[in-house]
This record gives sequence, structure tokens and C-alpha cells, in this order.
Amino acid sequence: MSARASEPRAPGFWPLALVFAAFVLFIYGPMLTIFVLSFQGPEGGLTFPLRGLSLHWFHKLAEGLGTVDIGAAFRRSLLLGAVVMGFTVALSVLAGLAFRKKLAGGNALFYVTVASLIMPSIIVSLGIGLQFRLIDTGLKALFNTLGATGMLENYGTALGLMTSALGAHLTWTLPFGLLIMFAVFNRFNPAYEEAARDLGATPWQTFRHVVLPLIGPSVVGIGMFGFTLSWDEIARTSQAIGDVNTLPLELQGLTSTVTTPAIYALGTVTTIVSFLVMGLAVGLAMWLGKRQRRSQS
Amino acid sequence: MSTHTVRTEPVEVPARLRQAQPERAVSAWWQAAPFTAVFAVFFLVPLALVVMVSFWNFNEYELIPGFTLRNYFNIFEGCSHLTDNGDLCVTLSTYLSTLKFCLLVWGITLLLGFAVAYFLAFHVRSPGVQTALFVLCTVPFWTSNVIRMISWVPLLGRNGLINQGLVGSGIASQPVEWLLFSDFSVVLAFVHLYTMFMIVPIFNSMMRIDRSLLEAASDSGASGWQTLWNVIIPLSKTGILIGSIFVITIVMGDFVTIGVMGGQQIASVGKIIQVQTSYLQFPLAAANAVLLLAVVLMIIWGLTRLVDIRKEL
Repeated sequence: MSARASEPRAPGFWPLALVFAAFVLFIYGPMLTIFVLSFQGPEGGLTFPLRGLSLHWFHKLAEGLGTVDIGAAFRRSLLLGAVVMGFTVALSVLAGLAFRKKLAGGNALFYVTVASLIMPSIIVSLGIGLQFRLIDTGLKALFNTLGATGMLENYGTALGLMTSALGAHLTWTLPFGLLIMFAVFNRFNPAYEEAARDLGATPWQTFRHVVLPLIGPSVVGIGMFGFTLSWDEIARTSQAIGDVNTLPLELQGLTSTVTTPAIYALGTVTTIVSFLVMGLAVGLAMWLGKRQRRSQS
Repeated sequence: MSTHTVRTEPVEVPARLRQAQPERAVSAWWQAAPFTAVFAVFFLVPLALVVMVSFWNFNEYELIPGFTLRNYFNIFEGCSHLTDNGDLCVTLSTYLSTLKFCLLVWGITLLLGFAVAYFLAFHVRSPGVQTALFVLCTVPFWTSNVIRMISWVPLLGRNGLINQGLVGSGIASQPVEWLLFSDFSVVLAFVHLYTMFMIVPIFNSMMRIDRSLLEAASDSGASGWQTLWNVIIPLSKTGILIGSIFVITIVMGDFVTIGVMGGQQIASVGKIIQVQTSYLQFPLAAANAVLLLAVVLMIIWGLTRLVDIRKEL
């Protein structure tokens, strides 16, 4: 115990500590209850008391809930999350590098990015949905005038997982990515790059061997943000996805129809995926940081 | 002598590179281009289309390009007078209800978020513990919102823990009904989900406050409250503003939380838009979206009057 730590606490410490503890209980408590309840026995219901302990509801979940193909939705969400993660990392890092130089229109781009972050999601979602429906209408009219009846019959919609939904998710993840890049480059010492240039490195070599290892842990963080934000996203996807659904959308629909602990099991599974991605990202970031420190010493 | 030759050589390289400056400016533009393109295609164009389509006509099958104010008239139909029952028209009462949620959630998350951020920033002494506690608060943010909403069901439901406790201890003779699928549960869920958005920016602002200012205040004889009111709050204004903008825009546009926690019984502006799109009434939905956007922008504009965000970023 240092001398400072043994000083008497400032007035207000204990009431505020109590508020903080209550807050932590408030944000974790309900979540813990559904994790516990998802391990109910076969006779268990949606509430306490816990009737038995089993993996019954996880098996039920694997068999599917009603008409909903949970497995397919799960794979779709994983795929979309992975693609969004890739784009978020690549585009944010590139834009972050661009903002360090003289970038004409940089201010405007920054304000558009912030606007996207705070725009009510339903408006963005509606806009993208509309856009793709108008594209559909336009393409059908085009096929019609060209007399391409075969294509006209086969054509469904441009709305989809890798078109409209991907775009909708990027309007949500990219602002986070850019703001993280700003935070990273605010603390970045350009002397390292100058040193690399002075030693005759090409811009690519400078980036690959100097900048990237230094910002590596934060880039992993951007990837983590990209995946988990996409994995849980509902509001922007809701009007912008077309016929298929992502896992959170299915889950939202199931809240009003499923009345067994299987829905808690689904909650537990999706949360575990989020935490696995977080854990992997934190582990990777720490490993990169350690490797970099080792190579410096 | 040899060190001299080693030194002079590299100095010439940056000189050569500096001549290539115009080329590097072009490459900055190319680096930002993919990022810009995403926002142009998936943000700016869709917003422009929403505004455009809000003036279009429609029937059961298709959108009809044109210019009509019908959709806007439709929104405000019957708003010039009270109905026979003394109620407001649908649009006004929905906006009032959404604004009510907004104000409640904003007030509660601001107080709670400020208290938590204040505790973390000024009362926790060790930086390690500070980081650990901060991360502890942010972890639940990574779980799906729907899961965090339905996690209240086993607690608040008719047979939930709270009712079991109330009835069991004899405080209530029968289960309390208003705990779930009510205004109460909606506000509770919003606070549960979004207090984080207040804590992070406010904590961030507080960590930037020079600690010697607090010592100066106490040396000049300011009480704890005076320091809080005259030093800490003014210096945390940017964080408070950013957090407020987040919470307000989320609550104004929300339809998921109000839908799930309100048992699909409570109207909100976002929900109206969602229902209209599901009936393919896109021009009506678009007109509602334009109105919502106008209201949200006015609130944000009002807030930024209070704090010059650009000056303080």
C-alpha cells in the first residue's frame, strides 16, 4: 500500500462506489439470469425457479425453432460479419492514412461519416431499401425494352446479404473504424516513417514494415468492432436485406413467438460467439504488441 | 570522415522525395476513395432518394414518380383540431410519446452516466483499476441488444423474480402487471442498453481535465459541489453533448426496443416508418422519415448552440 492509497477517501467516494456497484449489477444481472436459465431441464420454463440442469434447450435449438432455419441464419450472419470486418479494416486503415496527408474535401468526408454514425438507423435502412427497389424497377424496365424475357423471368431482386445489407452495415461500422484510426494516428510518431524513408524504403515498404506493425494491435481492434457491430445489427438491416434474414433479425422475430428457454439458449450461443471474437482479437492484439516490443528491445 | 559520408547520403533521399509531393497528394485521394464511395452509395444517395420519394405518389403495386404533397398532408391529417375524444392526431401523439421516452431516457442516462464516469475518473486512484472497471462497464455492450432486452423477461414478467419476491414477501397480494411490456420496461431497457454511450464520451472528457485545476479550486476554497458545478461540468460539456446526441438520436429512431419491450403495443415514430414499409407504402414512410430527420436535426442543432463542438474537439 502506497502512502497515497492509504489517504482517507474523498467525500462522496462511498455513495458513488455504491452507485457504480449497483450499475454493474444492473447491466450484468439480467444477462446472467438468461445464461443460467438456458441450462434449464426439459420441464423448465421462461422464469425461475430452475428446474433441473441440462443442455436440453441447446439440442432443441440445434433442431430448429418452428419454421425458422437458425443454422442458415447463423451462417449468413457469420459470413456477413466476416466480410464487413474485412472491408472495415481495409477501408478504415486506407482512409486513416489519407487523413494524415493533405486531403481535399477531408472535412466534408469527416462530417458525412459522423452524420452516418448519429443518423437514426431506420432512415438509413429505409433509404437503402428504397434505392435497391428502384434499381430493381430500373433493371426490369431495361430487360423489358431489350426484350430479354429470360433474364426478366429469372431476375429477383438486387436486395441481398452481400449488396444492400453489406452496404447498410458498413455505414455503421466504418465511422467507428475511422474514429479509432484518428485516435491511433494522434499518438503516432512520424519520426519512424521519416527514418524508414531516410534509409531508402519505398512508401509500401514503410507501410508494411514500419507503420503496420506499430498500428497492428489497433487494426485488430477495428476488425473486432467491425465483426461484433455487424453480428448484432438489426435496425440498419431491417429494411435493407430482402428475403433472407440475419440471426439478430430472426431472434427479434422469435421473441414474440417462442416461449421456451430455447430462445435463451440462442441468446447464450450468440453471446458466446461475440465473446470468442473479442477474446481472439484481444489475444491477437496483445501478441502483436508483445512481438513488436520484443523486436524493439 | 567515414561517418560523414554515411550521413550525407540519406539526407539527399528525402529531398528527392519531397519533390514528388504533388503525386503523394493524389495518392491520399485514392486512399480515401473506397471509404468515400461507400458513404456516397450507401448513405448520401439513399438519403437523397428518401427525400425524393417522399414527394412521389403510389398505389398498391408500384411507386409513381411525380411531385405531390399528399404524403405530408397524410401525415398531418386531422392535426388541426382535437378528435371527438379530445385526443391529438396520430402523428402528434406519436411524436409526443417518442419525445417523452427521449427526455426520460436522456435524463436518466445522463445522471447515471455522469455519476459512473465521475467515479471512474476522479475517485479510482490506480490507473490499472480504472481501466479494468471501465472495461467491465463496456463488455455488455458487445452482446446483442435483443438478448439484453429479453434478459429482463425472467425478472420482470408476471411470474418473474421480482413478482415472485413481492408476492412471496407479502408486499403485493398479486403479481404486478406494469413491470413488463409497459412504458416502464421500455425506459428500463433503453437505460440498460445505452448508458454506455454516455459513460464513454463523458469519461473521455473528464480524463482530459488537468488535475491541477481541481487542486486550484480547492485551494481557493471551493467546496466539492462548487468544483463540480464550476469546473468539472463545464470542462466535461463536450462529452455530455456527444453522449446526449447519441442517446437522443437512438431513442428518436428506435423501433426494436419499443417493439420488444413494449409488447408491440406502444407507438413510436420509427415503428410507424417500419410498419409503412412492410405495407410497401414507401412514399408515406419516406415522408415520415424526412419529418423525423428534421426533428432530430433541430434537437441536435439546439444542443450544439449550447456547446461549440468543433472548438472543443
